[in-house]
Amino acid sequence: MATATELSIPQLLDPMPCVVRAVNRETHDTITLEVEPAEPYHFEPGQITMVYKHGVGEIPISISSDPDRHDRISQTVRGVGAVSKAIIASHPGDVLGIRGPFGVGWPIDQAEGGDVAIIGGGIGLAPLRSIVYRVLNRRDRFGAVVILVGARTPKDIVFAEELREWGSRFDIDVNVTVDTADRGWHGPVGVVTNMIPRAPWDSSKVTAFVCGPEVMMRFTARALREDDVPMDKVYVTMERNMQCGVGLCGHCQWGSHFVCREGPVFRYDTVAELFRIRGV
Amino acid sequence: MSNTMAQIKDLKFFSGLKRRHLEVLAALAKEIEVEKGTYIFREGDDALRCLVVLSGDVALELPMQGRDPRTVQTVHDGDVLGWSWLYPPHRWTFDARAVTDVTALVFDAEQLRAVKDSDHELGFQLMTRFGKVMVSRLQATRMRLMDLYGNGD
Repeated sequence: MATATELSIPQLLDPMPCVVRAVNRETHDTITLEVEPAEPYHFEPGQITMVYKHGVGEIPISISSDPDRHDRISQTVRGVGAVSKAIIASHPGDVLGIRGPFGVGWPIDQAEGGDVAIIGGGIGLAPLRSIVYRVLNRRDRFGAVVILVGARTPKDIVFAEELREWGSRFDIDVNVTVDTADRGWHGPVGVVTNMIPRAPWDSSKVTAFVCGPEVMMRFTARALREDDVPMDKVYVTMERNMQCGVGLCGHCQWGSHFVCREGPVFRYDTVAELFRIRGV
Repeated sequence: MSNTMAQIKDLKFFSGLKRRHLEVLAALAKEIEVEKGTYIFREGDDALRCLVVLSGDVALELPMQGRDPRTVQTVHDGDVLGWSWLYPPHRWTFDARAVTDVTALVFDAEQLRAVKDSDHELGFQLMTRFGKVMVSRLQATRMRLMDLYGNGD
């Protein structure tokens, strides 16, 4: 398959049919769809797709699967609006249209030789999951790998089974915290930023990849700064109202940036000021 | 250097204190071990001790009538456990339960308050550190009120 930069605009606007092969329920309102594309699919972790539910509409969704696997892609969707609710109602055998991948992904190569921090809040873990696969596929190129995850309650943790599986490995450190819990939960309780000061990385050598609601990313960046992590080693991914995916329609414009083309991944210090502007 | 002195010196909470202040604190501190599942203190009890966790996890729980308690926060290695001993009426406002086996440094609250009041420099240093912990936990609580992971819906 050609990459987005090699395709013409009409091709980029034409959805590729993908057959739903599996539907995995993550939480009460979130599922992960495993779809089989019509042709081998290539993407970089952090890139985004436009997913089209026939007769309903199209929404931007990040890819959450292994980037080194090209016959299947996973998309994790939370049902909050008309289109996302229609998408999560999909069944195996249904056909969805997928455009993309679009935009700039996580610069994982830049983390090689150093430590990796993967910090997700809520469903924000979805676009980070591909990083985990990529890093594990090339584990010898990285130092300490630390995953920090925050969720409202234990029931809101996405990829719970995989997190347990990764946590059982000796070459990766997984910590999950929740805002509140009953006695059935044996892990930490508190916000995800609480875990940063005791995370086992070398602050001078770590590259941090952060995804979650904007307020979570802002507070996480602040906690990383207090932990002496340089802000030019912190990356965030932005969610905006993407529509065309190719920087033409302007719906995803964020300050001077087109999130679909220049993002969705940004180096934090290049956009930190935008986080401070109300209403942008 | 005594073992307690070495432990206090290693704790980030006390970093930057003068040696003579560390020595005063070391003389007041003793190490305790708490078995997993044990309550270190209960809501409403007199806050007679100040604790700093050396190892293990402690859950701060809010008991609820007819329901399992809710865990509002967990504290871990190096964290201060409670500050109710600092201010009247000196009563704990949560239950603290050892989630794992825990070792902690414990200070007698009355002695610590006396030291804080008689040595104003040490008192200032301690209050500055406790103030920082309180601000950080207040911020964490505010973040949770904002529903950090759910876009506020």
